[in-house]
Amino acid sequence: MSVVASKDLVKGVFEGRIWAIARMITRAEASDRASEDALAEIYKSSRNAHVVGITGVPGSGKSTLVAELCKTIRKSGRKVGIIAVDPTSPFSGGAILGDRIRMGELVGDEGVFIRSMATRGALGGLSRATLPAIDILDAAGFDIVIIETVGVGQDEVDVVRAAHTTVVVSAPGLGDDIQAIKAGILEIADIHVVSKCDRSDANKTISELKNMLAIGLGLSAPSAWTPSVIATSAAKKEGIDTLAEAIDSHVKVLKESGEWQSRRLTMAEMRLLKTAEDILRDEFERHRAGKIQALVKKLANAEIAPQGAARKLLEDVWKEISL
Amino acid sequence: MADSKKTPIRVMMAKIGLDGHDRGVKVVARALRDAGMDVIYTGLHRTPEEVALAAVQEDVDVLGISLLSGAHMTIFPKVLRVLKEQDAKGIILLGGGVMPDEDVTELKAMGVQGVLLQDTPPNAIIETIETLVAERGAR
Repeated sequence: MSVVASKDLVKGVFEGRIWAIARMITRAEASDRASEDALAEIYKSSRNAHVVGITGVPGSGKSTLVAELCKTIRKSGRKVGIIAVDPTSPFSGGAILGDRIRMGELVGDEGVFIRSMATRGALGGLSRATLPAIDILDAAGFDIVIIETVGVGQDEVDVVRAAHTTVVVSAPGLGDDIQAIKAGILEIADIHVVSKCDRSDANKTISELKNMLAIGLGLSAPSAWTPSVIATSAAKKEGIDTLAEAIDSHVKVLKESGEWQSRRLTMAEMRLLKTAEDILRDEFERHRAGKIQALVKKLANAEIAPQGAARKLLEDVWKEISL
Repeated sequence: MADSKKTPIRVMMAKIGLDGHDRGVKVVARALRDAGMDVIYTGLHRTPEEVALAAVQEDVDVLGISLLSGAHMTIFPKVLRVLKEQDAKGIILLGGGVMPDEDVTELKAMGVQGVLLQDTPPNAIIETIETLVAERGAR
């Protein structure tokens, strides 16, 4: 098996070839230096896709919602890329990626590309390769890229800095209104979805959510967009059209008010800092070997404090990197 | 803890057609995960075309199809055809389940790279996958 050359891959991505898009994402996941130029070329020519983040607690129905939403968007002829993130086991390093189970019907449609990704230790609800994968799908001509995060808890909010529009999915029966007032995922929503609204206790969840949003309304920064609450039921095929319309009008409102530009700057800033951190972490892991044991022993015997030990370790590693 | 620098092997585990026996595929999926692989499970009742296309999009190293329905001689050729049409590069196709020996010989001749029949222990499956991926090399 010969290795596919980077330039052939980039060309294939621009032509929208499925195998090339897929392989480029694999290279991005491997995050090796060899693909940096290819990814840079792709980044520079990807600027058009509307990135929609879908997040929510585990079991809230994100995958099902993404599948239904995708079908609805496809009716307008737009091409949809989906990146579905699932957790990596912290013990074995492996992962079961099961988001496709709910998306079976979408496969076979040439205008839909679905990619599953494991978090591989990244916190925040996304994986490291999520952002480059968005660039790749964008450059390959997908009009909308939907990112489905891992099931998140309360403060895994990276998606908000990766997506133009963030949808937070809540489901009935998963906690009272105090859960909703805590810091975290409720604050990042441009659009709230209450899923599984065929269930009898859904109305309670909707009204609690609306109350919490009303309390926060005067307190958050002024914006041209007011988050709405949309009730959906994938089983009864309800509310999905409303959601698709809200996603479209969100972009429109942002663009008209000029917030689009400031949001893009925020996203770029996050991208810059995240990438710098990733490079630092890689270099750190590459060079820390052999420098840790002595410090660990000292720290365990309380001969040195954690802060001091960490500074010493960083100093040693830095010396090697700058050589 | 697995070596974070090594990219995990990506495997898609698929069930095709009316065959609803998914205990085996789930056991294997779990074993592969515990061996540090990324395992994508398609769920039940997929078509050969859907599975092959999904495997290309996911750019898996290995596509494993579990079949206990006896339909393997119709399903595998269809999967192989779509993989070829899509210009898939370096996807290793494996079969698992219950199949007669003479069919296994024929499947291998048409391009199925390995058939792991019932009672194959999980460790043997892991080993087969690791060996085949290593033999294929970088792609």
